Amino acid sequence: MDIFVKANSLCGGYRNREVIKDVSFSIARGDFMGIIGPNGSGKTTLLRLLTRAIPIDSGEVRLEGKSIAGMDLKEFCRQVAFVPQETIINFPFSVFEVVLLGRIPHLKRLQPETKKDRQIASGALAMTDVGHLEDKRIDELSSGERQRVIIAKALTQEPALLFLDEPTSHLDIGHQIQVLDLLRKLNSKNSLTIVLVLHDLNLAAEFCNRIILLDGGEIFKEGSPEEVLTYQNIEALYKTTVVVRENPYSHKPFVVLVPKGDK
Amino acid sequence: MRSRIILLVILLVVAILWGILKGAVDISFRDLFLPENQPIVILRLMRIALSIVAGSGLAVSGIVLQAIMRNSLAEPYLLGTSSGAGLGAVIAIIIGVSWATIPVFAFIGAIFSLVLVYNLARQNGRIPEQSLILSGVVVSIALSAIIVFMISISGSEVLHGATWWLWGNLQVYDLKFLIMVSVTVFFGIAAIYIFFQDLNAISIGEEEAIHLGVNVNQVKRILIVLASLVTASIVSVCGIIGFVGLMIPHMMRLVVGPNHKVLIPATCLAAAIFMVFSDTLARTLLPPLEIPIGVITAAVGAPIFIILLKRSQRVK
Repeated sequence: MDIFVKANSLCGGYRNREVIKDVSFSIARGDFMGIIGPNGSGKTTLLRLLTRAIPIDSGEVRLEGKSIAGMDLKEFCRQVAFVPQETIINFPFSVFEVVLLGRIPHLKRLQPETKKDRQIASGALAMTDVGHLEDKRIDELSSGERQRVIIAKALTQEPALLFLDEPTSHLDIGHQIQVLDLLRKLNSKNSLTIVLVLHDLNLAAEFCNRIILLDGGEIFKEGSPEEVLTYQNIEALYKTTVVVRENPYSHKPFVVLVPKGDK
Repeated sequence: MRSRIILLVILLVVAILWGILKGAVDISFRDLFLPENQPIVILRLMRIALSIVAGSGLAVSGIVLQAIMRNSLAEPYLLGTSSGAGLGAVIAIIIGVSWATIPVFAFIGAIFSLVLVYNLARQNGRIPEQSLILSGVVVSIALSAIIVFMISISGSEVLHGATWWLWGNLQVYDLKFLIMVSVTVFFGIAAIYIFFQDLNAISIGEEEAIHLGVNVNQVKRILIVLASLVTASIVSVCGIIGFVGLMIPHMMRLVVGPNHKVLIPATCLAAAIFMVFSDTLARTLLPPLEIPIGVITAAVGAPIFIILLKRSQRVK
């Protein structure tokens, strides 16, 4: 296994509250990794620690063997990009201007974007299938379109590793599948390593090759979807009754909810 | 884009010419270079220079505050930064410090009020609109009240009856003040411009900016200091002039877009035009009386503020 990122005894959180407690795991190059867990289990905080949005309290994260805490932030952002749950932009930037911001990690201060930078941005827009929107204002898009633009901005950073925090939570099922299909394509064709937080266990089962199940800021279980998404694990953490079947098309685990009254 | 900038430059030249020719005594273009008119022309030129400096500086400070707060309603007057600077300056004058130290006091006042408003308005890392405007207005009113109190109890000849602190004045009493404020504002804006990429990134969101490699906390601190410095130097010479930092950046976002690389220079030009026009109006509307410049900017700016506020409520 070609280890890309390694977290060792990672702890961190907010001022008076340690959310992530002693988490160790590794991400292999080419992984499509899902992070799942009940509300408040620390999924988002874990991503924020891994992407340097908040400082690490103790332990460390190594990217290709180098500790990320000591890395130059721009150098880090040339390798690692992040897509938040939702991006609200209050100023009338055009779609292309937003995507072009993804070149900032590659530019020195006051250095103007070159033709090549613009080509990379256009390429990313085409890849996420929103090239036709490039002159539109970002605040005029639907949430599905906007999410794809934000993914295009992340791709414009030309990262090797992409983190996403519940990228589908504001989308309908059609747009959810569209975004995840796109990520799958980027993962297999562009060998982009992807780590994402997902709420929907079935989407995680369908798209991820590895899953981390978090509970109370610690790793409860880690492995393939078949290993992690068992009814025992899910019932223990989510405090609800489920049945795990096999998806007849993909043969991946499929979680079926059992309402309490039908027991 | 280039043609729009050229148009702004032409408008500025027109505004400057108008400002030189119009006044208590009108001068015709032909007589502009007559030796007997030189003292008036020089006085008006100094006043125009101060208008340009004050307009550009306040508008760029507005841009910085808007990007940091991600809110197009932020500006030095509405957030109480100007009142803070004004209070600092008034205290300095009452204590009787040297003229060069007045802006230092104004700067301390500006930083103090800005940090106060920022922390009052911040809730769980976000700055909700209502909370920002409310905190700004409360701090602004409180500090203005203290200014009026200070003026009324002070025996200082310089201050007594000096309501211009509250409404602005572009009269150049002394060339050294003009030079001081021009140098500060010029370098302040130049320094802010170096951060145009960071401003673009931060105006999308703080965490988004971190993920683009911007050292947000450091950049934010530098920008707040620069905006306060620019505002403070202007207030300590011109008093409090409102709404310029709100309406000019807003108009320029519509004309040239929100990219700070173009927005900052375009805003400097537009704010200069607006201030030169406003000041000429202030001098000539009711001769021989002079209307305080802040009255003119508020008369234009307040309706724009209301329109912006209404629109932002509709979006939600």
